[in-house]
Amino acid sequence: MLKDADRIFTNLYGLEDPFLEGAKKRGDWDGTKKILELGREKIVEDVKGSGLRGRGGAGFSTGMKWSFMPKEIGERPHFLVINADEGEPGTCKDREIMRHDPHKLVEGALIASFAVGAHAAYCYVRGEFYRETEALQRAVDEAYEAGLIGDNACGSGYKFDFYIHRGMGAYICGEESALIESLEGKKGQPRLKPPFPANVGLYGCPTTVNNVESIAVVPEIMRRGHEWFAGLGKPNNTGTKLFIISGHVNNPCAVEEEMGIPLKELIDKHCGGVRGGWDNLKAIIPGGASVPLLVKEQCETVTMDFDALKEMRSGLGTAAVMVMDQSTDVIRAITRLSAFYKHESCGQCTPCREGTGWMWRMMERICEGRASVDEIDMLEEVTRQIEGHTICALGDAAAWPIQGLIRAFRPEMEARLGGSPAATEAA
Amino acid sequence: MSDDQTQAESFAFTSETEALAQKVLARYPEDWQESAVMPLLDLAQRQNGGWLTRAAMDYVAERLSMPKVRVYEVATFYTMYNLKPIGKHHVEVCTNLPCWLRGSDEIVGACKKFLGVEIGETTEDGMFTLSQAECLGACVNAPMMQIGDDYYEDLDAESTMAILSEIKAGKVPKTGPQNGRFTCEPAGGLTSLEHQKDLLKAGGKSSANTGGGDD
Repeated sequence: MLKDADRIFTNLYGLEDPFLEGAKKRGDWDGTKKILELGREKIVEDVKGSGLRGRGGAGFSTGMKWSFMPKEIGERPHFLVINADEGEPGTCKDREIMRHDPHKLVEGALIASFAVGAHAAYCYVRGEFYRETEALQRAVDEAYEAGLIGDNACGSGYKFDFYIHRGMGAYICGEESALIESLEGKKGQPRLKPPFPANVGLYGCPTTVNNVESIAVVPEIMRRGHEWFAGLGKPNNTGTKLFIISGHVNNPCAVEEEMGIPLKELIDKHCGGVRGGWDNLKAIIPGGASVPLLVKEQCETVTMDFDALKEMRSGLGTAAVMVMDQSTDVIRAITRLSAFYKHESCGQCTPCREGTGWMWRMMERICEGRASVDEIDMLEEVTRQIEGHTICALGDAAAWPIQGLIRAFRPEMEARLGGSPAATEAA
Repeated sequence: MSDDQTQAESFAFTSETEALAQKVLARYPEDWQESAVMPLLDLAQRQNGGWLTRAAMDYVAERLSMPKVRVYEVATFYTMYNLKPIGKHHVEVCTNLPCWLRGSDEIVGACKKFLGVEIGETTEDGMFTLSQAECLGACVNAPMMQIGDDYYEDLDAESTMAILSEIKAGKVPKTGPQNGRFTCEPAGGLTSLEHQKDLLKAGGKSSANTGGGDD
């Protein structure tokens, strides 16, 4: 288990003062100027060396992403955009950072902006997080007041501004190019890539988009050394990670743990186990609504990291673990997610706009036992028609949970529909 | 959009809203003031009792020199803009998977029973509108609901009705977890950061989760 000394988010539960005085006691803003004096290239190299992979779900190397930004700043200014549009069902980690440890985010934003040559960062916070926005704004105001950010950030001579932009309720704005569109005052509909944001992003300028957690861990990586971060977790899956465990556990909670912690250990140590005991477990969605579920046997051995979960044909995603015990109607559970994706499809690409509705209606019929058994194959076929055929990953995200359900619980679906195809034919 | 009977003739920011609008506009580059459309619509909605009239949207369009239709596009795309009159208190119960697993059906039921309305309806006295919400991002504190700007977490039917009845009586209910938890820590006691145990006993120092209830 991760030692407290290796934890980054030492005010995760908000038990200490979240603001400047408390933050400084926890080590925030310590030697930030010295970090900046290392220079852009060295910071990017160190973050690369730490092995940090993006905490928003895709798991792309953060340092690598930064290195895609133009080396020279031309006529177009550079921007850092922070994705705080936390909306993936099951996910509530960035919320805790913003309300309980906001200075980690502000300091990280300064260092990251400096590293990519940006003088301004926009933090796009989901609109429902009104109180969290207030907490973050207070931290930003404190940082300006103390000269930590502003015209001469930390006395470094570097000008840096931090702005908060509130979303207004659209899951799709968590997709980076939709987020940029939204920030420009438009509907949040994803852009075709290329060009990638590093070339043409916010206001047509080079832009890096990072998740809140990715940014908030950067100051500690720079202070303690990238080797420290790289030494935690597993190869290619380094560092610590915020896990959020919800559903049928005795004590749902947020907790910072080492990457690669066994799923069972995570649940037993921090959540008081599965409700009714481990044997009462039915399935777990390990990384937010868009990743396929795991059955009990898989949960017994899997470790919580990008590569191990990918091997099980699921994903770490946002590390939002949703636990379902034996009492769960797992078909109903996935149907609920289908309703969500139908609601949140932005309507731009036909396969997603039409397909999410198709999938939801078929799932409802199957869930209520009003379909025939061969419609399971038809549903699977529909998911394949959507997957990979849309501009952004929402179509994939809507398809995968259903594919996972069919893979793992086909007999249960068939039973609800009156038996296997063979049995139906015989009858 | 709402029908013509409820539409106002005109709209303009009050001096208080204008002061907030100026702060908003200062965040964006001079050539990109359209970026302010979302926050300005939000300010307009707050000033107008929780919903946007056509006049309010037109006003924002004019302020930002945007075609009206571009502002309507934004206002209709994002779910937090209300284009019809809404109750004084907007009760939004999360029914997505993590909340459903922890009993959100019961919370929706308690709200319907207490308020005497169905999802999407407003009470006759105009005090409450009941909605179901998609994931609100407080999943380890499920089930939960949002009322105005505040979250009420770790609910059961009883605490849900208690909150609604307090609001009805003009009181300000305690926000956050309703079951004695502090925030997102495990209810069974700390399993990390154990040096903060005494702080947990003393009720913690965070001021981030004690605010609110002022809408």
